[in-house]
Amino acid sequence: MKKLEVSAIEEGTVIDQIASKSTFKVANILDIQNIDQVVLVGVNLSSKKLDKKGIIKIGGKQLTQDEVNKIALIAPDATLNIIKDSEVERKFQVAIPDTLEGIVKCFNPNCVSNHQVIQSKFHVMNKNPIKIRCHYCERHMGGDDIELV
Amino acid sequence: MVMLKNRDIISILDFTKEEISYVLDLSKKMEEQSHTDLLKGKILANLFFEPSTRTRLSFETAMKRLGGDVIGFDDPGKTSTVKGESLKDSVKIVEGYCDIIVLRHFLEGASRLTADTVNVPVINAGDGASQHPTQTFLDLYTIKNTKGGLEGLKVGFLGDLKYGRTAHSLAYALTHFNAEMFFISPPSLRIPKDYIDQLKSRGITYHEVDSLFEIRSNLDILYCTRIQKERFADPVEYEKVRGIYKLSSAVLDDLKLGNDLKILHPLPRVEEMDESLDSTDYAAYFQQAHSGVPVREALLAAVLGVLQ
Repeated sequence: MKKLEVSAIEEGTVIDQIASKSTFKVANILDIQNIDQVVLVGVNLSSKKLDKKGIIKIGGKQLTQDEVNKIALIAPDATLNIIKDSEVERKFQVAIPDTLEGIVKCFNPNCVSNHQVIQSKFHVMNKNPIKIRCHYCERHMGGDDIELV
Repeated sequence: MVMLKNRDIISILDFTKEEISYVLDLSKKMEEQSHTDLLKGKILANLFFEPSTRTRLSFETAMKRLGGDVIGFDDPGKTSTVKGESLKDSVKIVEGYCDIIVLRHFLEGASRLTADTVNVPVINAGDGASQHPTQTFLDLYTIKNTKGGLEGLKVGFLGDLKYGRTAHSLAYALTHFNAEMFFISPPSLRIPKDYIDQLKSRGITYHEVDSLFEIRSNLDILYCTRIQKERFADPVEYEKVRGIYKLSSAVLDDLKLGNDLKILHPLPRVEEMDESLDSTDYAAYFQQAHSGVPVREALLAAVLGVLQ
């Protein structure tokens, strides 16, 4: 039996196949410092798919759709494993939706979305590499410009 | 078949070639014939959160020439905005008073937000450095009238191509008509990469140069823009490029860009274009400003569904 580099959890979610350099960004999205259940984080782990991968295991937590969408933007190769009774109940790869609402901040300081109390909204023009267009000011943003709300 | 009834006019990016051509044909009809009572009983709300002369007055003229009425303001300092009212609340109130909203705002995307908020049609009369679609329609209309068509023209864009929304929108619209484009600006005011990417994806031939003297080709149109002081966060950066281009009748003769060249400018002009040009055959910018009325008449009539 293969030895696990990061211990298993009985219930919760495992985010696997995170590009190693993005692991702590994903940890920030999930606000792990404020979770009172077990959280296990591994970085620079060997991976067939990625050069080096990260993994985060969170006990007792189901991710929200907003969290999944944010992870898809930061770590498009990530997979989610829903764990129940120490078994993988469901496994799926994150996917970037066609429209992103309320999860990315427009980088244009003069965009109306940064001045009025409204949700930001972006249309996804290209998923890999990521390119999005602000619904309001029509500015285009790429990977390095993307700042999560 | 093109249907513009109840359509918001927010960005030139929302329009197909067929729709653009339709608006230009309708504008010609509006210019050639009087339509006195076409919009009788309709009310336009002109909401100008930023200064404007041509756009505001030509919308007002267009509406009145078609028999409609106009309400609105051009000084937001006298509105509830100063009490902290949100844009969404302001336009929700106004939609109950009118049949159509024309909005100019200093925030980019303000017109899209307004269109998402209200049920009456919204026309963007300029939002920050972003879009000004009715200006683009009247620019195209002027080019078509002066050159006899829009296909395959050689068009130069001169001046502030970084912040100049009219140049951005016109360049995009001209991709429908296979124009060859020449962008003439100092390196600090180059056209943004987003727009260059759009040209590339549409297979448009384009050139970027610092000076008009680097152009080795006749041009059909030279679209001049003012270097907009109000768009610069740093006044030092503005002073570096202020007055960098000064077109005059003598300069144009030296340049040898072709006798059929027509010069357009969205106006107001400051230092970039000398009055000596006004009496030459190159000058088409006053004709361009006057085109604002028939083009806006066409858009108002089409959007309010009284003319198809």
